[in-house]
Amino acid sequence: MSDHQATEPIIRVTALREGTVIDHLVAGTALKALFVLGIEFEGAVTIGLNLDSSKMERKDIIKIERREVSQKEVSKIALISPRATFSIIRDFQVVKKFTPELPKLIENLIVCPNPSCISSEERVETKFAVERSDPIKVRCHYCERTQHEEEIKLL
Amino acid sequence: MTTQAAGLEAFAGRDLVSMRDFQREELLAFLDEAARFEDFSEPILAGKVMGSLFFEPSTRTHLSFDSAMQRLGGSSIGFADAKVSSTAKGESLSDTIRVVENYCDIILIRHPREGAARLAAESTSLPVINAGDGTNQHPTQTLLDLYTIRQTRGRLDNLKIAFIGDLKYSRTVHSLIETLTHFDNELFLVSPTSLRTPASFIDELDDRGTVYTEDEDFFSIASDVDIIYTTRIQQERFPDPIEYEKVKNAYRIDRATIEKIGGNLTLMHPLPRLNEISTDLDDFEGSAYFEQARNGVTVRKAVLALLLGKSRV
Repeated sequence: MSDHQATEPIIRVTALREGTVIDHLVAGTALKALFVLGIEFEGAVTIGLNLDSSKMERKDIIKIERREVSQKEVSKIALISPRATFSIIRDFQVVKKFTPELPKLIENLIVCPNPSCISSEERVETKFAVERSDPIKVRCHYCERTQHEEEIKLL
Repeated sequence: MTTQAAGLEAFAGRDLVSMRDFQREELLAFLDEAARFEDFSEPILAGKVMGSLFFEPSTRTHLSFDSAMQRLGGSSIGFADAKVSSTAKGESLSDTIRVVENYCDIILIRHPREGAARLAAESTSLPVINAGDGTNQHPTQTLLDLYTIRQTRGRLDNLKIAFIGDLKYSRTVHSLIETLTHFDNELFLVSPTSLRTPASFIDELDDRGTVYTEDEDFFSIASDVDIIYTTRIQQERFPDPIEYEKVKNAYRIDRATIEKIGGNLTLMHPLPRLNEISTDLDDFEGSAYFEQARNGVTVRKAVLALLLGKSRV
C-alpha cells in the first residue's frame, strides 16, 4: 500500500458501461433527485454524497446502470439542482450530455406555501408557472404568489 | 355589435379572474368601451342571469354588480354569506360551481381564499368574474380605478402615484400596482413597516422596471405626487388586536394636510373609509372617491356586457 492510499483512502466506483451519470448535483440533493425522477431501475444505482468538486466545492453524484433518462424526465431536477449535468453512457463512452431544462408549467410537484391558497384547501393539482429559470422563480397558478429557488418545497 | 367586431375579443366568453391575464392594449380598449356605458341603461342583457356567490361579506361590490346587471336588463341570484351556502355543509368549491352553473349565464365570486376565482373558472365553461379572492386580486376594482385615473388626469402614464396605508393586505392596492406596471409611472409606497407591500409585488415592480420608492413618511414624498391612493387599515386582517391599535391611525388626511401639500392633487380611496380621509375633504375638487364608486357601476356594466359577448361599439 502506498503512502497516499494509507492517509487518504479512496472509494472507487466502477466505471459505468451503460446508463446515466447525474453529476454536479447540489450537495445534499441526490436522494431528493432520485425521488423526483421517480423512475424504475433495473441495474445498480450508486450515489455519492458531499464529494469534493472543483466547480462547486461540494456536490452529489448519481450513477444509474442500464437506464438512460430522457430530457423530459430530468426537467424536474432543474427545480432542486438547476446546474446538474446528465451524461448518457454507452459502452463506457459518453454519447449524450444535457442539462435539465425547466418546463414552462410545473404540475403537481411543488406545494404552495401560502396557507390561504385555495390549493391548500381543495383537492386540486398544484400548478406553477416558471417565470425565471436562473435563479428559479415560480408563480402559483391559483394564488399568484411567487416562490424563489430556496423557498421551493416539493410535494 | 359583437365584441369580435369591436376588437374586444379578449373579453368575450373569457373570465375576469386576474389583471395579470390582460395586456396594456386590451386594458385601453376596455376603458374606451367602458366610457360608452356611462349613463347607459338599455336591456342588452335581458334574459341573462348572474349567479353571485359571496363567501365573504361585501356591500358595494355586490350592490354595484347587481345594479349594473339590472340596468342592462339582466337579473341576479345568489347568496351573500357563506354560512347559507352548501359549502357550510362541506361541499367543495368546484362542486358548488358545477351546480350553480346550471342556474345562470355568468358567475360572480368573492372568496376569502386566494385563487378561489381561478379554481371556480376552471370548474365551469361559463365566464367567471373575480369579485375579490383573499388578499390577491379584485380586478373590477382595478378597472374602475384605472378608469377614474384616466378620467381625472386624462392619462395613465407619466403620473406620480402614492399608495398609503395598508399595503400588505390590501388586494385593491396589489392589483392596481401590478396593473400599473403596464404603464410608465412613478410609484410611492407609503406604509408602516408592519404593513409594507409584500415582497412578491416588489419583485414584480423590479422585474418590470417600474420606478418606485418605499417610505414610512408620507410628508417626505407628498409634495411631489399627482395622485394619493389611500386605503383603510383592515381590522379583520389582523389576528392580533394590539397590532391593529398600533397602526390604525397611522395616516390621516384632512383639508389642512392637503393645503399644506398644495398642487393639483387627486385623492382616491376604494371605500369604505374609517378616518383615513376626513369628511372635510368631501367637497375638495380633487377628491375622487365617490366618483370611483359611481364609476364602479359603469365599469361593471361594461364587464358584464363584454364577457357575455355584447359590445356598444
